[in-house]
Amino acid sequence: MFKLLRKIITTGMVTEPWDAGAVGPNFRGQLVVKNEVCTRCTACCSICPVEAIAINGDKLVIDHQACIFCGRCVEVCQDNALKHSANYKLATKPVPSEGSLFKQDVIKVLGRSLAIRHVDAGSCNACDWEMTALTNPIYDLQQYGIDFVASPRHADMLMVTGTVTRNLTQALTMTYEATPTPKLVMAVGSCACSGATYGTSYAIRGGVDSIVPVDIYVPGCPPRPQALLHGLFLALDRLK
Amino acid sequence: MQTYEQVAPAALPMAAARLYNHGERPLTAMFANDERTINGTMAIYCIFADSRQGRYQTVKVSLAEQPWQFPSLVSITPAAAWYEREIHDLFGIIPVGHPDLRPLVLHENWPEGLYPLRKDFRTEILVPVANREYVLPAVKGEGIFEVPVGPIHAGIIEPGHFRFSQAGEHMIKLEAKLFFTHRGIEKSVEGIPLERAFYQIERICGACTVSHAWSFSQAIERLAQMTISRQAQYIRVLAAELERLYNHVGDTGNLCAGMGFAVGISQGSRLKEILMNLNERLAGNRFLRGIITPGGVNICLTKAIADDILATLATVEKEFIQLVELLQDSEAFADRVNTTGVLSHQAALELAVVGVAARASGVNCDSRRDFAYGVYGELDFKVPVYTTGDVAARLWVRVEEVQQSMSMIRQVLSAMPGSQEKSKEAIEPLVPYTYGMGWSESARGQNIHWVMVGENNEIYRLFVRSASYPNWPAVTVAAIGNIIPDFPLINKSFELCYACIDR
Repeated sequence: MFKLLRKIITTGMVTEPWDAGAVGPNFRGQLVVKNEVCTRCTACCSICPVEAIAINGDKLVIDHQACIFCGRCVEVCQDNALKHSANYKLATKPVPSEGSLFKQDVIKVLGRSLAIRHVDAGSCNACDWEMTALTNPIYDLQQYGIDFVASPRHADMLMVTGTVTRNLTQALTMTYEATPTPKLVMAVGSCACSGATYGTSYAIRGGVDSIVPVDIYVPGCPPRPQALLHGLFLALDRLK
Repeated sequence: MQTYEQVAPAALPMAAARLYNHGERPLTAMFANDERTINGTMAIYCIFADSRQGRYQTVKVSLAEQPWQFPSLVSITPAAAWYEREIHDLFGIIPVGHPDLRPLVLHENWPEGLYPLRKDFRTEILVPVANREYVLPAVKGEGIFEVPVGPIHAGIIEPGHFRFSQAGEHMIKLEAKLFFTHRGIEKSVEGIPLERAFYQIERICGACTVSHAWSFSQAIERLAQMTISRQAQYIRVLAAELERLYNHVGDTGNLCAGMGFAVGISQGSRLKEILMNLNERLAGNRFLRGIITPGGVNICLTKAIADDILATLATVEKEFIQLVELLQDSEAFADRVNTTGVLSHQAALELAVVGVAARASGVNCDSRRDFAYGVYGELDFKVPVYTTGDVAARLWVRVEEVQQSMSMIRQVLSAMPGSQEKSKEAIEPLVPYTYGMGWSESARGQNIHWVMVGENNEIYRLFVRSASYPNWPAVTVAAIGNIIPDFPLINKSFELCYACIDR
C-alpha cells in the first residue's frame, strides 16, 4: 500500500494541454504540394496505393481522406514537390446537407459534454488503440466533459473505425438506430473516411458514409490521439 | 530450412501423422490454393514446424477432379479444425470427416455455393445478402442459461460475439463467433504488384504492423534469393522489439483493467504512451508503419535517435519495474490472476498454440530462436517459460520478455554498422508461380506469410497465419470452469488481435 501511494505521489501530474506535445521531425502528416516546381509527371499518382493523388487542371490534388500517409509519393517525386508536413489537424466537418438531422441544434442540445460509443466496423485496430490512448493520463479525455459509454443508447456520438465489412454492416446500422437523435457520427481514420485502404473486396462495403451519414471525418493511418481530439473539438465547435 | 513433399489425397492422413508425430511437429499452417490455371488442380498445403531442426516441412496434395475433397486431419490434430473450415468456406473444398463444418469466416449474410477465393470468382459482382442460419451450439439442461456478448462491446475493443453457457456464475461452454472484421485482404491483393500490395498487408493489424511487414518482406526476399544488408537487418530487429515492447508494456496495464486496478491501468497506459511517442520520432508513425519494406528498410538511424531510444528505454525500464512491484505486492492481484484461466500444456500442444500463451503453458518455443531469422541468431536473449498456464503465467512471461526486448534493443544499437544510408534494394523479376514463406515472432507469437507470385511480380496467392489464429480456440478452452467475471481478465491475458485473424 505504501509503495502504491508513493508511486501515485511521485508520478505527479502528467496531463498535457491537448496540442502541446511536440511532433517529431519524421512525422508524416498533411501532404503539401509545391505546384510551382511540380512537372506533372504523374509518378506519384500511379504509385499511390490508394489512388489519393490526382491532377486537376494544372494542380496536383491530394485526397487526405483516402491518404494512408505511407510516404511513397514523396519518395518517388523527382521534383521535390511533395512533402509530409507536421500538420495532423486534418479533421473536416462538411456543411450539412438539406434535411440532415444535424446539426447546429445538436451542439445546443449537447452543451459542452459528449458521450461516445465506439464501433469497430472493420479496422486494423490501430485507430481503436489510439482511441483507448485518449483515456490515458496524458490526454485525459474526461477533463473535457467527453467520455466513452458502454451502450449506444447512452451515446451522443458514434466514433466509427475501419472500412465497413460485410460482416459488420448489420451491427453498425443497428448501433446507429439504437443511438438517440440528435446524434453525431465521426469516421475515424483513412479506411473509415474513404473505404479505399484495402482496395476492392468481396468482404468490404466501403467507407462509413456508404452505410450511415457521417458528420466529421478524421483522416490518418491512424490519426494520432491529438488529431482525434482536434476532430472532437471541431465537432463541438470548441476550437478557438 | 524447408522440406517439401507431395502425396496422393488418400495418403494425406498418413503423411500428416508421420510429420505430426504425436505433437512433436505441430501443424502450423494449412490452406488451399486454386492452381487450375497453372496445373488444372486445387491444392492443399499443410505446413508442420520442426522446432528442433529449425525447419518447416510442407506436404501438398493436388485435387484434380470434382467434387474437390480430401480426408480431414482433425482426428490427427485438432489444430486442423479452423484451417479446414476456412478452406471449406472460401474454396468449397470438402474436408471429409470434419466434425463441425459450420461457416467460420463468411457469416450468415453470405450466400451458399459462392466461394470467393476461387480464381473464377469475380470481385466486381454484387453478392446478394443471404439470411442463412448461424448455429451457436449451447449446453442445454435445467438451470443452464446463455449470456450473449458482442459483437459491439462495452469498451473500446474489436468486434467478436461470445456466447457463454452458464451454470450460475460458472462458464461451462464458450462459443466465439469471430471474423467480423474480415476484409478479404488475401483476395484483394491478388493480381496486384507485390510492392503495392505491401501497404494493405502492413495494415492487416495495427498492433502487429512490423511483424506482418517483416513476414511478408521475408517471404518475397526468400523467393528472390536476396540478402538484405546488415544495417537493414539490425533496424528490422529494432522495429520488431520496439513493437513487442509497447505491446507488452501496454498489455501489463490493460490486464489491470480486467480487475479494476486503476493505478496499474494508469501507469501502464502512461508508459505505453511514452513508447508510442518514441515510435513516432523514429518512424514518423506511432505504430512503426513505414520502416520495413520488401528489399530493406525505409529509415536510417541517426546518432540522435539512437541516443533518444536509449534514454527513453532507461526511463521506461525503471518505471516498469516499479509497476511490476506494485502488482507483485498486491494480494488481491495475486488472488485474481493465480490459477485463473488455465490452459493446460496438453491443450496448448494439441491446438498448436504459439507465442506468450504457449510459453506460459510450458511449451518452449520462439521463432526468433527456433527458426532464427534476421540477426536474431547473433543476439543474446532468453526465452522465458512458465508451466502453470494461468493468467499470472502469461503476465510474467510478458514481464520477462520486456526485459529481454530492452536488452536486445541495446545490443542492436551497440552493434549497428555506422552507415547513414537508407538500405533498400529493388525486387528483381520473380519466376512466376513460385512461392516463398516468411515468418516472424510478433508480440503474440509466430506470424507466417506464404506468397505465390504470378506474372509481372503480381501476387497470385497470399496466405496469412498470424499468431492469434491458433490461439483464439485456446481462449475458449481456458475459460471453461472459470466464473464469468473472470472472462475479461482471461481474455486480456491472451491479448489476441481480431484484425490479425479476420484479415
